[in-house]
Amino acid sequence: MPYIPHTPEQQKQMLEIIGLGSMDDLFQDIPDHLKPRSFDLPPGKSEMEVTGFLRQLSSRNSTGLKSFLGAGFYDHYIPAAAPAMISRSEFYTAYTPYQAEASQGSLQALFEYQSAMCRLFDMEYANASVYDGGTAIYEAMMMAVRHIKRRKIIISGDLSPIYQHMLKCYTKNLRLELKVIDHLQGLPMMENLMDVLDENCAALIVQNPNFFGNILDYTEIFAHCHKLGIVSIASVYPVMQSVLKTPGEMGADIAVAEGQSLGLPLNFGGPYLGVMTCARHLIRQMPGRIVGKTKDSEGRDGFVLTLQAREQHIRREKATSNICSNQSLCALQALAYICLMGPSGLQGVALKSMDLAHYAAKKLTDIDGVRLLNNSPFGNEFALTLPVSAYDLIGELVQKNFVPGFPLGRYYPGMDNCLLMACTEKISKQDIGILSELIRGIIEG
Amino acid sequence: MKTIFDRSINGRLSPYQLESLANPRDFLPGGLIRKTPPDLPRVGELDVVRHFTGLSKRNFGVDSNFYPLGSCTMKYNPKFMEQIASLNGFTDLHPLLPQLKGAGLYTQGALQVIYELEDLLCRITGMEAYTLQPMAGAHGELTGAMLMAAYHNKKKNKKTTLIVPDSAHGTNPSSAAIAGYDVLTIKSRDGIIDPTALKQVLDNSVAGIMMTCPNTLGLFESHLPEIVDLIHSVDGLLYYDGANLNAILGRMLPGEAGFDVVHLNLHKTFGTPHGSGGPGSGPVGVNKKLEPFLPISRVVRLDDGQFFLNYAYPDSIGYIAPFYGNFGVMLKAYAYILRLGREGLLRVSENAVLSANYLRKKLEQHLHIPYNRICMHEFVASAVEQAKKGVRAVDIAKALLDRGHYAPTVYFPLIVKECLMMEPTETESKETLDVFVDDLVDILMKVDRDPETIRKSPQNTPVSRLDEVLAARNMQLCM
Repeated sequence: MPYIPHTPEQQKQMLEIIGLGSMDDLFQDIPDHLKPRSFDLPPGKSEMEVTGFLRQLSSRNSTGLKSFLGAGFYDHYIPAAAPAMISRSEFYTAYTPYQAEASQGSLQALFEYQSAMCRLFDMEYANASVYDGGTAIYEAMMMAVRHIKRRKIIISGDLSPIYQHMLKCYTKNLRLELKVIDHLQGLPMMENLMDVLDENCAALIVQNPNFFGNILDYTEIFAHCHKLGIVSIASVYPVMQSVLKTPGEMGADIAVAEGQSLGLPLNFGGPYLGVMTCARHLIRQMPGRIVGKTKDSEGRDGFVLTLQAREQHIRREKATSNICSNQSLCALQALAYICLMGPSGLQGVALKSMDLAHYAAKKLTDIDGVRLLNNSPFGNEFALTLPVSAYDLIGELVQKNFVPGFPLGRYYPGMDNCLLMACTEKISKQDIGILSELIRGIIEG
Repeated sequence: MKTIFDRSINGRLSPYQLESLANPRDFLPGGLIRKTPPDLPRVGELDVVRHFTGLSKRNFGVDSNFYPLGSCTMKYNPKFMEQIASLNGFTDLHPLLPQLKGAGLYTQGALQVIYELEDLLCRITGMEAYTLQPMAGAHGELTGAMLMAAYHNKKKNKKTTLIVPDSAHGTNPSSAAIAGYDVLTIKSRDGIIDPTALKQVLDNSVAGIMMTCPNTLGLFESHLPEIVDLIHSVDGLLYYDGANLNAILGRMLPGEAGFDVVHLNLHKTFGTPHGSGGPGSGPVGVNKKLEPFLPISRVVRLDDGQFFLNYAYPDSIGYIAPFYGNFGVMLKAYAYILRLGREGLLRVSENAVLSANYLRKKLEQHLHIPYNRICMHEFVASAVEQAKKGVRAVDIAKALLDRGHYAPTVYFPLIVKECLMMEPTETESKETLDVFVDDLVDILMKVDRDPETIRKSPQNTPVSRLDEVLAARNMQLCM
């Protein structure tokens, strides 16, 4: 049998030492009537057969599409060295670094990852990751609830609707009140947000760039939160953060992100990376693993999992979170990506993507009836209003190997004619040219 | 070892520098731009490669060391699975693609993987349906607890409490609490759940019980049938924590045994690597009672053989994940199950249990084993005798590192003092187990002769014993 080393002779010897007559005796504690009525599975296959079959399945997915699909998940270029670093099996075949002395590699890398995230977002502390951007927002919200012991949460309607759905799901049984303040033409309603913030609120949750691609400054509203004791939470786009005003500069208490843009493949939805950072005063509420620097018995620097009194294996039902396994290897890959790119490399990616998006926006708004949803600043993603259904337009273009973006009507009622379009540095101006002509053809007939 | 920040040299350019002529001010007013670039390492590609290679040498992993970490199932991770998970046809796929008009056609291979893996997991555990969305075991537990809550809410059952035995993983009570339940802990007797203790706390407020079977002591819960009847008698639900499924693959199907909801750890039982602490994958399986509540979306197969995403489940608890879960991990587990097949999976549980019992027998003369009877995939030893002489479980663990073995799980489960929980898995050879036993016995001998050396271990690792108290006090969490 594959991967099982015992020879029949060894099995016999081992059974003798145990004092049993047969392998079946090993399961003597399982009552007979609990033994399976059937175990209906296909017979095993050779490695060659399985690989061949999965290659065949993978070829049923298209890789040739020119895609302008983003909506929080972006196809940036990944330098070969980033995945190569985490393909070191010393990293990927290890587990949570419980035995610190035998896990300094993972621990130091996670410490460096935490440091890089703090610097990118201008925040004071980070954890070693949670599952994804959505669970990061949920965990941030729960940090606020524990910290300030209030039960009302204000959410700006331009927060990713996918994450809004997740928050709704996670809080169903928690007696929390989630209040969503509608966006207007893809922009947060700052005044309405200000109006609803009061001393019953635990947290304000906003996104930058928001779901529609617009870039905003939340400094004022975060200051207002601060006065009322409300925890301000910003969900951001890490690659863009190399250029944009940081959550730290805006005074956010917690900054979280989907870290996928930092060198992780789209991978049909995962594994991704939930980035969490916070201001100093909230660290005791932080969920999950945190790596800290310390000394060994000879005075040398080393790293350990720290502040574990927050965690489930110690606090059980009173823990800050139930998270155990996180996305460590993804955090390591994000660190490798950040190091390979450097500050100017990251900024280059952000600016090139923004440049292409602005080029695309200009090309497309040249078409009759196509205009930007709003005139506010945007980065590498923008929303268009079309004279036709975005869903149907996509349907036509997919047949021509182009995915022009995401139909906003999917989540926002009344926005059936709105298309959300993203560019990364992998897109060429030529592709934009071809796409805009195709769209012109469809719209202008 | 220096950090990557210490290796940074001002002016050193990244090889991935883009020649962008753009200036942020071309697109944004100054107020929306960060004041200074982030102070991240300025290093070359070889600097990065040397750094990571250097770090990797300071780690134990299954590929380099025996890793008997109890309840974590640190089995060998076959390499072909990594190759499959890195195929571009999978890695390049945007998760929103199948939600677009006509683009589902371009993700049929990926949707088929999800559909068929769900089917295989149903067959392996005797459940009716699965969601692959939960991204780790604890995430699966939370999902499971939420499904239980949805069931009770639908039936208008007034349920407030989830029962968790004292031998459970810490994640169980935590997940139950996060799902909004009060947690009631019951004491085990002789290492397993005591139905009498259960009866004493059972009333109509009980939503269900979270069980690990075999439990964290490596023992099969032999009162299971009685427990199933008791819990179901108050319309409670039984949750199966599949962390230890490796022990019973093909020997008992949780669904047939009466469990209503199950989570599995693909990274434990199905050979996907643990990644220094993730990504994992924690699929949740349910019986007919709970199926309507599963998270959306769900992959369905149409009569013409096409796969598509269905969101039309009015009783669904909603979105547990943004998309379909840790797809890259699922791919590996799917490949693993196809490779092993029925016979292979049966041999897994058999040899995992054989190896655990062999190790237990070889050590019983040297270490106290509180529940010294036929165990399943793991067993718990206790260093109480050694502790009396001033050598604690943690010291023994560190001394094992010095001899090139990762340590067993220590101080867990909480119900055994000075415990060392060992799980050898089916992929370790008898020779490896024998070397481990010899080394462990050698350490135990030294407890009498030279306890100081054991207390001072490890000495052969990149750093010696680290000061955890100092770390918590200094709170240096980034630089």
